[in-house]
Amino acid sequence: MNFPVLSVITFTPMVAAVLILLLPAQRKNEARAVALAAATFALILSLWTYFNYDQAAAGYQFVEKYNWLPVLGISLHFGVDGISMPLVLLTGVVMFTGVLISWGDDHPHVMAGIQDRPREFFAFLFILASGVLGVFVSLDLFMLFFFYEIAVFPMYLLIVIWGWIETREYAAMKLTLYLFIGSVVSLVGVLVMYWIQYQNTGLLSFDMLQMEQAGFSQTFQNIWFLPVFFGFAVLGGIWPFHNWSPDGHVAAPTAVSMFHAGVLMKLGAFAALRVGIMLLPQGAQTWSWLIMAFAAIAVVYGAYIAFVQMDFKYMVGFSSVSHMGLVMLGFSTLNQQGLLGSGVQMFSHGVMTALFFAVVGMIYDRAHTRQIPELGGINKIMPFATIGFIIGGLVSMGMPGFSGFVAEFPIFMGVWGRQWLVAVIASISIVITAAYIMRNIRQVFFGELPEKFEGHLTDVTVLDKVAIAVLCFFMVVIGLFPRFMVPMVQTGVENILRLLGGQ
Amino acid sequence: MTTELLIWLIPLPPVLAFFLIVLLTNKNKALSHTIAVGAALLSWLGSMIVFVQALGVEHLGEHPLGGEPINWLPLGESVDTYFKIGVLVDPLSAVTLFFVAWTVLMIFLYSVGYHNFGQPVGDHDHPGLPPHGATVEEHGHQRSSPVGKHVVPSIEPMYSRFFAFIGLFAFGMFVLVLSDNLLTLFVGWEIMGLCSYLLIGFWYAKPSARDAAIKAFITTRIGDVFMLLGIAYLYSATGTLSFREIFTEGILHTLATVPSGVLGLSAAGLIGLLLFIGTIGKSAQFPLHVWLPDAMEGPTPVSAMIHAATMVSAGVYMVIRMFPLISLDPTTMAVVAFIGAFTALFAATIAVAQNDIKRVLAYSTISQLGFMIAALGIGAYVAAVFHLVTHAFFKALLFLGSGSVIHGMEHGVLHTGNHKVDPQDMFNMGGLRRKMPITFWTFLIGGFALSGFPIITAGFWSKDEILADAFGHGHTAVFVTLAVAAFLTAFYTMRQITLTFLGEARTKEAEHAQETPWTMTLPLVILAFFAVTYGWVGIPEHFPALGGLVPNWFHEFVGGTLAEHPEAVEFSVWPLLTSLFVALGGLTFGWLVYRNVNSAAEDRLQIPVLKNKYYFDEIYDRVFVKPAYWFAEAVIYKFMDQSVIDGILHIFGPVTDRLGSAIRNYFDLPVINRFFGDGSANVTYWFGGKLRAVQTGRIQQYLMLALVVFIGIGAALYFFLLA
Amino acid sequence: MNFIDTHLLSLILFVPALAAVIILFLPNGENKLFHWFTLGASLIPFVLSLVVWFRFDATQSGFQFEEAYVWYEAIGSSFHLGVDGLSLTMVLLTTLLTPLAILASFSISDRVKAYMMLFLFLETGMLGVFMALDLLIFFVFWEVGLVPMFFLINQWGSANRNYASMKFLIYTMGGSLGLLLAIQMLGVLFGHFDLVRLYEGWNSLDPTKTLLGLPVSTVKAIAFWAFTIAFAVKVPVWPFHTWLPDAHTEAPTAGSMILAGVLLKLGAYGFLRLILPLYPNEARIFAGALAVLATAAIVFGAFAAYAQTDFKRLVAYSSVNHMGFVVLGIAAAAFAAGTNDATIALNGAILQMFNHGLSAAGMFFLVGVIYERTHTRDLGKFGGLFPLVPVYGGILIFTSMASLGLPGLNGFISEFLVVRGAWPILPIYTAISMLGLLFTGAYILKGIKQVLHGPLNEHWARGEHKLTEINTREILVMVPLMALILWIGIWPAWILNVINNAVVKLF
Repeated sequence: MNFPVLSVITFTPMVAAVLILLLPAQRKNEARAVALAAATFALILSLWTYFNYDQAAAGYQFVEKYNWLPVLGISLHFGVDGISMPLVLLTGVVMFTGVLISWGDDHPHVMAGIQDRPREFFAFLFILASGVLGVFVSLDLFMLFFFYEIAVFPMYLLIVIWGWIETREYAAMKLTLYLFIGSVVSLVGVLVMYWIQYQNTGLLSFDMLQMEQAGFSQTFQNIWFLPVFFGFAVLGGIWPFHNWSPDGHVAAPTAVSMFHAGVLMKLGAFAALRVGIMLLPQGAQTWSWLIMAFAAIAVVYGAYIAFVQMDFKYMVGFSSVSHMGLVMLGFSTLNQQGLLGSGVQMFSHGVMTALFFAVVGMIYDRAHTRQIPELGGINKIMPFATIGFIIGGLVSMGMPGFSGFVAEFPIFMGVWGRQWLVAVIASISIVITAAYIMRNIRQVFFGELPEKFEGHLTDVTVLDKVAIAVLCFFMVVIGLFPRFMVPMVQTGVENILRLLGGQ
Repeated sequence: MTTELLIWLIPLPPVLAFFLIVLLTNKNKALSHTIAVGAALLSWLGSMIVFVQALGVEHLGEHPLGGEPINWLPLGESVDTYFKIGVLVDPLSAVTLFFVAWTVLMIFLYSVGYHNFGQPVGDHDHPGLPPHGATVEEHGHQRSSPVGKHVVPSIEPMYSRFFAFIGLFAFGMFVLVLSDNLLTLFVGWEIMGLCSYLLIGFWYAKPSARDAAIKAFITTRIGDVFMLLGIAYLYSATGTLSFREIFTEGILHTLATVPSGVLGLSAAGLIGLLLFIGTIGKSAQFPLHVWLPDAMEGPTPVSAMIHAATMVSAGVYMVIRMFPLISLDPTTMAVVAFIGAFTALFAATIAVAQNDIKRVLAYSTISQLGFMIAALGIGAYVAAVFHLVTHAFFKALLFLGSGSVIHGMEHGVLHTGNHKVDPQDMFNMGGLRRKMPITFWTFLIGGFALSGFPIITAGFWSKDEILADAFGHGHTAVFVTLAVAAFLTAFYTMRQITLTFLGEARTKEAEHAQETPWTMTLPLVILAFFAVTYGWVGIPEHFPALGGLVPNWFHEFVGGTLAEHPEAVEFSVWPLLTSLFVALGGLTFGWLVYRNVNSAAEDRLQIPVLKNKYYFDEIYDRVFVKPAYWFAEAVIYKFMDQSVIDGILHIFGPVTDRLGSAIRNYFDLPVINRFFGDGSANVTYWFGGKLRAVQTGRIQQYLMLALVVFIGIGAALYFFLLA
Repeated sequence: MNFIDTHLLSLILFVPALAAVIILFLPNGENKLFHWFTLGASLIPFVLSLVVWFRFDATQSGFQFEEAYVWYEAIGSSFHLGVDGLSLTMVLLTTLLTPLAILASFSISDRVKAYMMLFLFLETGMLGVFMALDLLIFFVFWEVGLVPMFFLINQWGSANRNYASMKFLIYTMGGSLGLLLAIQMLGVLFGHFDLVRLYEGWNSLDPTKTLLGLPVSTVKAIAFWAFTIAFAVKVPVWPFHTWLPDAHTEAPTAGSMILAGVLLKLGAYGFLRLILPLYPNEARIFAGALAVLATAAIVFGAFAAYAQTDFKRLVAYSSVNHMGFVVLGIAAAAFAAGTNDATIALNGAILQMFNHGLSAAGMFFLVGVIYERTHTRDLGKFGGLFPLVPVYGGILIFTSMASLGLPGLNGFISEFLVVRGAWPILPIYTAISMLGLLFTGAYILKGIKQVLHGPLNEHWARGEHKLTEINTREILVMVPLMALILWIGIWPAWILNVINNAVVKLF
């Protein structure tokens, strides 16, 4: 494997961003074209990687390693395993669809997509994408941080400049602070780990594969697990540090919300898993009860709040709090089913919530309101979007036959293995989710179409339909054929279990 | 063709006729009734052949015809636990088959005329209502312009449908009689129930008919559900329902000994009781008698006759069939005897006060069935069967006769065009003997048979035997009750005859009444024949003079059904004198009282309590019907389902809502949002404010923070490395 | 051909779904095309299931036509299909009723495409439950069936459809929550979901051991109730039945046919397939409670039906009443498992499931026929229709009698068997349920009386309200139902034989 596919995937968006910025400001369509080209390229590559990942061999593959700062043991070390591979694919998918739905058409009174400075928008979006991809593929803690910051940084601008006028400054600031503080906290933890490793083994390295053998003491792990894990988990929207995310979702422009909920939150969860659990396994075992408690709360709590939201986007926002709670719940079980479920759930929720935000955005761009009671009868105008949203809804209520079930079921099994009471409590969310999803489908898509919308609304564009179709495709395929993803995640999970049982 | 196969085939023609008529020929009236009557004829033929062959068999009781049963319901592991059905012709079913075949054939034939076949279509008849007659133009002798119009009876609009229904009915009856097991017997039983529902409600557009139909179905169904329980009990207790197997020493013995745990009855007792309740419903015994009189709403008199002469006999037939089981428990027998005797008297008292020619007969039916049941209750098996058969003949005769009378009266009504006059009220009749001689004589025979007119009529012999048995076995109470009932019977019968046929016509309609066509009178004549002669096959051995002239064939034959042959009760003169007295006395008394009563007003027996049938309908309505509806509507539906259960369900929605908004408004927003989030934000704003040396936007502020972080990292690294 | 032989079940299962996908790509607006295509597509599974029916060897025990594919190895669930006499009967019922329901919905003209697709998906969902031999697959299809039905009610239903559809969905999902959790627990305990292996494994658990910190017996009791409630809601057993009248009443005609015909059977099937084999002891212990509920369903169902003024609601409540007998039979069998009485009761219960499928579907269709013409279901507005629609009247009376349990028609045999089987085991409840049987008669006759009988109804007799006679298509829907009703009533052996063998082998 000599072709550096991972770095190519990672840096493609970056390059594309630079290219776009080089284009003259008024050449909107060229900018869009380049963006689409890059996104497609990245998606194809990630698909190629996905299908060429050798599940039999498992472990880290497509590994690349270039020394970067040998003095400090920092190297550009890329590689994917069964956990990160799906997430890379996810990023590719979200990036691609995100570009599609932000294409923007020049319809007189439809403000779909991005008309205002698409050049900068796509540039920032792609820098963000690069960061995300970088985090997923990095096997070097320093690089991981590096990309992490790169990913978080443009978020601020994207929200502040293109966001919802009402709350964008507030939300952007809030989001930045949460993530920033979170990253600082975990960074400190990481540095300590780096130092202790030096103490124990005498070698300076940020290489995580090294650190796995660093042999951190039980007490050390117990102390430092919390900052490391929660520092990252903040970005994963773990309760009670979830609050930046609904506000952020609501304020952000559609494509950003998709990225944000679809990928960025996975970033947090992923980093928490990679760094927190995998490097400090005993700490994880010590504190798993706490994570489980928080996660269980988040699951029910998010569902309840989503149930009462009148703002469509807030509803989706809180539903992702609830679903990310499930991911954390899976982590907290530290057993095969739970972790497996979380792995799948990260992908499933990413696609699903991206779809949600895409559809919500499409509606908002046309109706200029997100107030659920004010909407209605949308399916008469955008049937395709309706079907998309229904499928997304079924996924989010864990309806069998869709990816949501494939992901949630093992998570609950995992919880059963740990503490049945939690499973029982958390399961309440399933019904509540079903209730608000179905209620909103009924109200927004099938209710009476308010006459103020008569004639003002237009159907979604072809590009939108493509985006929706792509997203739905993955949800259904995984739902019907878990084999599409589960064995891959399985390999990753076994690795984690090895570390957990390894000591 | 073997006898077994023939027995299997007997019930089929009518049911085939039913389907043929319903599916194909319902448009063609002539074809429909041809099919139906033809089918009845076939069944009749088959029945006669089987009957004759049955007579030929030695000890038919021990070796009944019927052959091997077939597997019907595969249940349980092996074939021997399967439920099998078959046919059975033993003496009891043979004699029943005989009268069923005859009466059924007669009904079919009679219906042709009764429904005015060949008459023009009515002017404004429509389905669901009795025909109102058609106007035809009458031509004078010289072929000139019509001299006038007059109204003639018009053909029944749903003519074909009627034949379909009675076809199905006949099927049910044959199935019931020929079954070798209780379950298929019940099948026939219920099919007849359905037919009675359909036929009572035949003129469904009449609200009275509609309600009567439902009343009949529900009332009999009360009995049926108990009967079903009895069947289930019997089946689970013995593992079989086949008569061949139940009526064997071993099974009967176990049933008699095993306690049922209810009221200290033995299993046999409880089963018998449950089954008997079925009979109470079907044979309209007290307290479930209320449906039968209303059943007279059906097309006069055919459906009425179906109910009265045939279907109700089914109830009695069933108890007679189960006699070996029922007789095991004295308590049950006592109940049976009591219900029977009581009903016999009770119904008779009501009958004396009725003015509707058919209602009188309806109540007399109830009363006569009471006789049979009572007979059974005192163990007079043969007498019961005997009366069942004779009654079937003469009661059929009477109903058809009354139908003929009404038909004649309707003719008169159509003639005068005065539809106020009720053609069924006996006080509108009188003097019909001249108008309708055949009807009169046949009716007279029937009436005398019913009253038990000595020697010649069949009714005398059967009723006398019942009384003799009651007396002979020392059931004095039963004996007296039945005697009184018999007296009343003779009395109201004579009242009926007097009011209807004797004296002078009391209305113009009666004057213009007309004899009915041959299709109606022929059945009368044939039935009249049996009403007389059938009695002679059962003359007791020791009867003075006549005894022994003809051997008591009936007793020998039917008695053979039972395992141990019941010996005839030795002759005693008292019951004979009693029956002579009650019959003759009742008749003469009736004639004396009513020969010159000319209107209901003059009738001193129009006592309200009798006229209103002891107010049973009203009582049931208040005690059962209305409360049941109230319970269903107010309690079960409105209260329990809609208020309580749904009420509880409807709590969940709001609760979730409250909880959600509570979490959001009292925790998420204030605590997490304001305190954590915005709190820290404010700090940073302040922090940012301090650093705002170079005035820029927040981006720089962010960059500044980022810078600080990286410096921090650098410092840390430096520190760690050089320490 | 060989492929077909080896994949009969999966073909039956997926042909409808496949057809639905194809419909998606058919040109819009071609209503006729959709109608006929869907009908044709739904006939294929019917034919195939007939093939299965005739190739099925009733005498041998265990499951036949088994198929197993890898599905979700990671948690030990495989896509395992198979039928025995019990499930085969239900499969046949489903594949029979679906084409009829589709034929019945030819009158639908609004968004036919979506409607037909939902219907086909629904069929797949229902069939899957009956065929699944893997607990997880069972649950998958169990839940999948809900969605199409929800949209059918919510989109094509009548006035109060929103309430009804939500109630239906949430209630059923809430009910099956326990089922979900219990299944997860079983999965954790055994690492697989294969029914056949679970039957042994679960029962051979040492009752003295503890699971999840609780004694095995307690765990089992809890799991038993989790299962029971899920199925009880679906059947529905009193007092979980109130979703049913709403859903049935609001659903489109064909929807009600399937709801009553098949969906309710899912619950009863769950009892037979999962509860009796998995929880014999618990079932015996709690059989009394179950019998109480069943009796309540029979009696109260009949009373409630008697109280209705809405024709469709009346029929809906009759389902509560009739399914009560199924549960009564099951309770009896649970109480005295293994005895001959139990066998008979189960035979009755299963046959009753099939019979109720026929008669209830017929009744709902007939209600629909008259509703389409008059746009009212108010019994008060009918009456005296018989002269106007004699054929319809005849069919209605016939079907009503089947539902009333008239001997000679199918309902009687199953009800008799249930009563016969339950009597020696639960005499009191059986006796009380007779009251229900009595009132069954009352409300059926009330229905006939208020629709057909009475003086000619002038309002519907002429003018723009002129009531038209049932048409050929509609008669065609009824003919197979009536034929079967009569056939089973006269000669039940052909189907009872299959059922009986299954029961004898199974319990």
